[in-house]
Amino acid sequence: MAARQPNVELLWWSGCPSWEEATRLVREEMAAAGLDPEEIELREVHGDEEAEREGFVGSPTIRVDGRDVQDPGEEPAGLTCRVYRLRDGRISALPDTGDVRDALRAAAAAPREAKR
Amino acid sequence: MSEDGIGLGDAAPALALPDTDGRETSLPEPGEARATVVVWTCNHCPYALAWHDRLTAAARDYADRGVRFLAVNSNDAERYPADSPEAMAKRYEAEEWGMPYLHDASQEAARSFGARTTPDVFVFDDELRLRYRGAPDADHQDPAQGAAWLRSALEAILSGSEPDPAATEPIGCSIKWR
Repeated sequence: MAARQPNVELLWWSGCPSWEEATRLVREEMAAAGLDPEEIELREVHGDEEAEREGFVGSPTIRVDGRDVQDPGEEPAGLTCRVYRLRDGRISALPDTGDVRDALRAAAAAPREAKR
Repeated sequence: MSEDGIGLGDAAPALALPDTDGRETSLPEPGEARATVVVWTCNHCPYALAWHDRLTAAARDYADRGVRFLAVNSNDAERYPADSPEAMAKRYEAEEWGMPYLHDASQEAARSFGARTTPDVFVFDDELRLRYRGAPDADHQDPAQGAAWLRSALEAILSGSEPDPAATEPIGCSIKWR
């Protein structure tokens, strides 16, 4: 049975260069999970108001079926580069590959009616 | 000096900025230090944070070889309160830096040097001529890189040879202009 195609969004801001590498990372993990990597929705965030409206806490922000791949906690919305913690504790401009993989696989395996 | 800041071989622009205790700090006079590193950084950028320990380690390692390090934060602190002088002082107090952390409130220092990102590394020789400009090393995610490009440039300057590479692309968050 084909994997359910979750809604994958990548929100980015031009002041932070990591979004292109993040896009590659997400597409690779989508393909590895049996998903169509072209189905990623790339959305540029242009201003503070839009960041506030989107709940954008930094670039890149990656959501699978509306859920952030790494809990942003109490981070305020704003145009900034997002600080990620890798699973080994290192700080990075990119999320941990494992966090992206787990989010995609969990969403792909979820029942269709669970899609938001 | 070009319209976009300084290029390799150019003299360092004047720089006099307050540190986290409010003391004005300047570049050394020509001949006063064997080399001088000016690095743009900030409190909230993942690239700057990821490279921070490598930069402070280099500052410690080269301190007794006549190399001066200065860190500069030019971000607009009104839009980015994490980069306010108070936040800078709090962080400086809590961490080992090995170099003063200067606040460029007017952003004139960033403009005169042509700094673009955090981090953005400028390495000058004893006559304060720019000899290396760019990233600390090739990968912000790999601590084992150890600020290799910066260290290589310093070794070249201290031994009287040409840094190779002399320029790399600075990678990081854009400086937050007002």
